[in-house]
Order: sequence, then C-alpha cells, then structure tokens
Amino acid sequence: MTDLSTTLAGVKLNNPLVLASGVRGNNAGLLIRAAMEGAGAVTSKSCSLQPREGHPNPTMMQKGDFMLNAIGLSNPGVEDEIGEIKEAVAHAGVPVIASVYGGSAPDFEKTAEMIAQAKPAIIELDASCPNVHREGEMFSSSAQSASGLARAVKTRLKAQAKTASIPLFIKLAPNVPDIGQIALECQKAGADGITAINTMPAMWIDVRARKPVLANQYGGLSGPALLPIALRCVHAIRKKCSLPIIGGGGVNSGEDAAAMLMAGANAVSIGSAVYYRRNAFGEIRAELQEFMQEEGFARVSDIRLEE
Amino acid sequence: MKTSAKKTKEKKREARPEPRQMENAALESADALGFDASLLLRSSVSSSLPIRAKVVKKEEENDLVSLLTLDVQMPNAMPGQFVMAWRPGMDEKPMSVAEVKPSLQLAIARAGPCSERLADAKVGDTIYVRGPLGKPFWPVGRKWLMVGGGYGFAPLRYLARVGMENGIEVESVCGARNKGLLMRPGPGKNHVTTDDGSEGKKGNVMAVLQPLLSSQKFDCVYSCGPERMMKAVAEVCKKHGVKSQLSVERYMKCGIGVCGHCAMGGWLSCVDGPSIDGEEALANPAFGVYHTDRAGRKIKY
Ligand SMILES: Cc1cc2nc3c(=O)[nH]c(=O)nc-3n(C[C@H](O)[C@H](O)[C@H](O)COP(=O)(O)OP(=O)(O)OC[C@H]3O[C@@H](n4cnc5c(N)ncnc54)[C@H](O)[C@@H]3O)c2cc1C
Ligand SMILES: Cc1cc2nc3c(=O)[nH]c(=O)nc-3n(C[C@H](O)[C@H](O)[C@H](O)COP(=O)(O)O)c2cc1C
Ligand code: FES
Repeated sequence: MTDLSTTLAGVKLNNPLVLASGVRGNNAGLLIRAAMEGAGAVTSKSCSLQPREGHPNPTMMQKGDFMLNAIGLSNPGVEDEIGEIKEAVAHAGVPVIASVYGGSAPDFEKTAEMIAQAKPAIIELDASCPNVHREGEMFSSSAQSASGLARAVKTRLKAQAKTASIPLFIKLAPNVPDIGQIALECQKAGADGITAINTMPAMWIDVRARKPVLANQYGGLSGPALLPIALRCVHAIRKKCSLPIIGGGGVNSGEDAAAMLMAGANAVSIGSAVYYRRNAFGEIRAELQEFMQEEGFARVSDIRLEE
Repeated sequence: MKTSAKKTKEKKREARPEPRQMENAALESADALGFDASLLLRSSVSSSLPIRAKVVKKEEENDLVSLLTLDVQMPNAMPGQFVMAWRPGMDEKPMSVAEVKPSLQLAIARAGPCSERLADAKVGDTIYVRGPLGKPFWPVGRKWLMVGGGYGFAPLRYLARVGMENGIEVESVCGARNKGLLMRPGPGKNHVTTDDGSEGKKGNVMAVLQPLLSSQKFDCVYSCGPERMMKAVAEVCKKHGVKSQLSVERYMKCGIGVCGHCAMGGWLSCVDGPSIDGEEALANPAFGVYHTDRAGRKIKY
C-alpha cells in the first residue's frame, strides 16, 4: 500500500499536490473544483488590501513548454476575498491556503490579519511582488527584506489568540543569488514554511509586430520549462532550512512531482499543468502513486534522494 | 478528412485520458460538421501566440458593428469558438468567430475603447488574433433554432450556415433594440424583432420564441446575446422540454484556462465554454446574476 498523505506545519493533506496561487483559484467555486479534481490542498489567488485591476491584456502568451503571464495580481481585494475563502474552507474538504500580498509590510500584515477571519489552514505571503518602499525591489530579493516581512506578519498574527495558530508560509522567487539563505533567515524570523518557486521573469517578442507580446513587456515564466530551475531552488532551500516546503514550478507529471519531493519538498504545487493536462490533479496523483508502487516507496516522506 | 481526424483523435486519446463528457460532445460535433476534431483537443494546440492578420474587407453591419474580414485561414475555428483580438497599444479582447469562409471574420460591436479601436480598423490595417479558443457549440438533433440578441447573432449565423450545409433544418430569431442595431439575417428562415418596433415584430426575442416553441418541435435552441436574454431563453426552452445551448461570456485575460479570471463559479468561460448547455447554465447560481470586472469584483446584471 502506498500512503499519499503528507503534513505541512501540522496541516494534514490527503495527497501532496497543492493548487498553486493565481492558477484557477479566483473564487470559492474554482478552489472547490480543484479539490474535487484531486488536489490535496488549494491556494487562493493572491489578494491585496484594495482591489487591483492588474495589467492590461495581452497578459498571457504560451509556446511549447512554457507560458508567460503578466496578470499583474488582479484581485477584488481582501474584503471580497474573505467570503470566498470562508466558502472554500466550508466546502472544499481539503486545507485552503490563503495567499496575500502587499506593497509594504504593514499592507501585508493588515491583509493577512483580515484574511485570517476566514480561517484558512495556512496563510501564504506572496513575497515575490515589488516593495513600494524599496524602489520596486521584490520582498523576496534579499534575506533581510524577506525575513523582515515574515517577522512582521508573524508578530501581528501571534498578537491575537484567534490567528496565532495559523501557520505562515512565505513564497520565494527563483531570481535571487542565494535562495537557501533567504529561506533560512525566514525560518529564524518565525515563518512556519516556505513555498518555492514563483515564476521566473521573462519576455517574449513578436518579431513580425516588432513588439513585446505582453502589454506589460515583462512577465513571469511558468510551465514545464521551469522545472529544473525549481528543483535547484528547492534543493538549495532544503540544504539550509528545515521548514516544510511546498515545492513547485513546472511540475507536469507524477515523476516531476517525485523529483520535487526528492529535491526536498514536503508537498508539490501544481499551476500551469492545468493547461497541459486534461485533469492535472487526478492524473498527476495517479502517476505519482504508480511511481511509488513501482519504486517501492510506502510514504511520501520516503521519496528522497539516495544518501 | 473525417477518417484522418478520427485517427488523430484515437492517438490523442491514447496519450491522454478520456476527455470529459462535454468535450466528447464537442469532438463529436466536430466530426458531424466536418471539422478536424483533433484540433479541438487543447493538447494539440502547440502555442497560443498572436497571428498577424490584415483587414481585407470591412463592412458596417449596423450602427455599432463592423464586420472585419481578415486574411487569416482558420478553417477549423468552429461556431461558438473565439479568438483573442489585439491591436498593439490596446487591450486584447475575446471576439467570437463570425465566419471562416472565405477567411476569418469578426463582427465587432463598439462597446468601449478597445472594441472601438478594433472596429475602426481599416482595410489594410493589421490586427493580431490568438486562437481559435474555447468550446464550440455541439450539434443536437436535426432541427435547430437560433436566437440572437445584438452582435450575439454573428456566431449563430455561422452555426446556421454550417448546420444547413450538413442538412439540418434551421430557423433564426434575430433581435435588437432598434432597426439600426439589427445584424444581417442568417441563411434559412429569419424572424426579426426590435424593442421599439422599428423593424420586424415589436418586442424582444421572447415575443417570437414563445409562439415558435409552442407551434414547432425544435431539437435544440442555440442562443447568444445579453445574459439576461439567454437566461430567459434557457428557461422557456426548459419549460417546453427543448434542449438549449448558450454562449456565456466573462471578462477574459489569459483565454487558455490558466488565470481563472473568466470564472462563473467553478466554470471557466474560456475553456469549459463559452458554449454551455442551457440547463447547466441555469443550475449555476452566478448565471444571469453577476459577472466580474477587470479586478474580479462582482458586478450585478
Ligand atoms: C467569448 C466572448 C466572445 C465575444 N465575442 C464578441 C464579438 O463577437 N463581438 C463583440 O463585439 N464583442 C464580443 N465580446 C465582448 C468583447 O470581448 C468586449 O468585452 C467588448 O468589446 C467590450 O470591450 P471594450 O474594451 O471595448 O469595452 P469596455 O470598456 O471593456 O466595456 C464596455 C462595456 O461593455 C461591458 N462589458 C465588457 N466586457 C463584458 C463582458 N465580457 N460581458 C458583459 N459585458 C461586458 C462593460 O461593462 C462596459 O459597460 C465577446 C466576449 C467574450 C467573453
Ligand atoms: C496566470 C498565473 C497567475 C499567477 N498568479 C500568482 C499569484 O497571484 N500569486 C502567487 O504567489 N503566484 C502566482 N503565480 C505563480 C504560480 O503560483 C507558480 O508559482 C508558478 O506558476 C510556477 O509553477 P507552475 O510552473 O506549476 O505554474 C501565477 C502563475 C500563473 C501562470
Ligand atoms: S481567461 Fe484565464 S482562465 Fe479563462
């Protein structure tokens, strides 16, 4: 028998596949759908204090093994989001991870505190967004700003009995010199887990139009092409940091998920695979189970690199 | 062509698990109407990149709608599918495929800044299209009724043409607020309604639809137009025990089922739709009640 369950900071998942933030997670109906399709946990689209329209279209291009998006974090704002998360928590039947982001640490704190009312299983900070106080540099660009953010939000959540027990994950970006060090500093600052990775900054040019295809010019690369970058990042984080990791980026099959677990992840996020696979969660879960049977792994935690 | 389509379909099915039931219907639809079904499987769409298109013909269909003929061959873009249309410097917006013969046509209504700029494209101007995207209408039975409101009649006219070429009996109801907003009639018998009575029967499409459903037995009613109109159409069809299919539009960003913005509850307009079974739509609590804006805020109809 193979046991697909895993735990993340005390939160039990019936299988390690987690819907990534920003991919088909804009409302309760979609989060519930991902759970029905087989996700072990679901992450909501990142929400902010105020509604955001995001970048104008074109916000997406896709070619072969990758896609670029510049959605620009459009979301209806945390007040509307509370209702969606509440409904998802009540009906998804799997842990709901609420993703939040802000332009400053106080924005993050307030948004996290508000979303906590909906009782998500985990709160995830999308730290790969620009910090308005640091000339648009990402929070996750340096160990100092990432850990500062984790500390600030954790302190705020701990201040109230109702929110103190909600685990706090911080999501890191791949385009940094030492992602392991950043994760370690976040651990020291009180984060309960790491999510990695977000998309990789990228660009596409239509040579006939002689124009960047995305209205925002730059976007984030995701999809199968991202996997090797993600594996290295998760492996580097695991070398330095002992927190639970939701590892993802380009996972598109059961074997990809196994690779992510071997790199050091405790759960595996699935995003762009919803485009490449008909039923990403059901299929990847079945493939992972098959892999475990073939290779004689009884538990998800057994899937490790050979010592 | 049909057999080769079947073969590819088999191959795709081997490589990937069974498509969902609705997708099966769409695949059969492609087969029945002479399209290459394999192209409906998203896995066979190798990219979602803009294709350059030149406007080769421009007709003003009515006071608001320009019918653009583009120099793009998209023979497998089926009725009910859409493309994302883009003029650099402006937003990219979903537009239904209005016809593919002799080449791709879009019927663009001036609704806001982006559609205005697209509709204002002149012969020789360049726009870009990404597609075909979304789930097409699928055939049900041998006698169809089209019910279109405003620019929504464009994809139905294309469906009517394809249906009639396949020996299906087709009638159409085409409604608009006034004479100046009427779309051109489709092939086969047409019934026209205008809210102000400036042409055809005075009233909305329901004024013609109700008596038609009482006097004739249609196998399926296909409807595209304002959502509240489609809701009324689906309800009256349900009452008469007639199948209906609608085209439900939501604010789109990626157009390929990834970003989740075009959701109506757990249903995504860009990949689960836009074509949807009338009863399935009626069962969705958001249908006809609210859509979402660019930020994802709920906007009541
Ligand atoms: C699948 C699909 C197919 C479509 N096919 C066509 C077509 O064939 N021809 C055509 O002219 N248009 C079509 N549209 C609508 C089109 O994509 C744009 O929404 C419309 O042109 C308005 O864009 P805009 O930027 O010009 O105006 P905006 O400034 O964005 O909007 C103008 C007005 O239209 C309303 N509006 C915008 N988008 C929607 C929507 N999705 N649903 C309801 N109301 C909306 C706004 O609330 C506003 O009042 C389609 C939409 C979808 C989702
Ligand atoms: C359309 C789209 C929107 C995204 N939005 C968010 C977001 O709001 N917050 C976030 O933390 N990550 C967001 N991401 C990043 C994904 O969560 C994920 O980290 C990334 O896509 C890599 O994984 P994948 O290759 O499995 O998609 C988004 C990705 C895509 C494709
Ligand atoms: S527009 Fe992105 S999922 Fe439909």
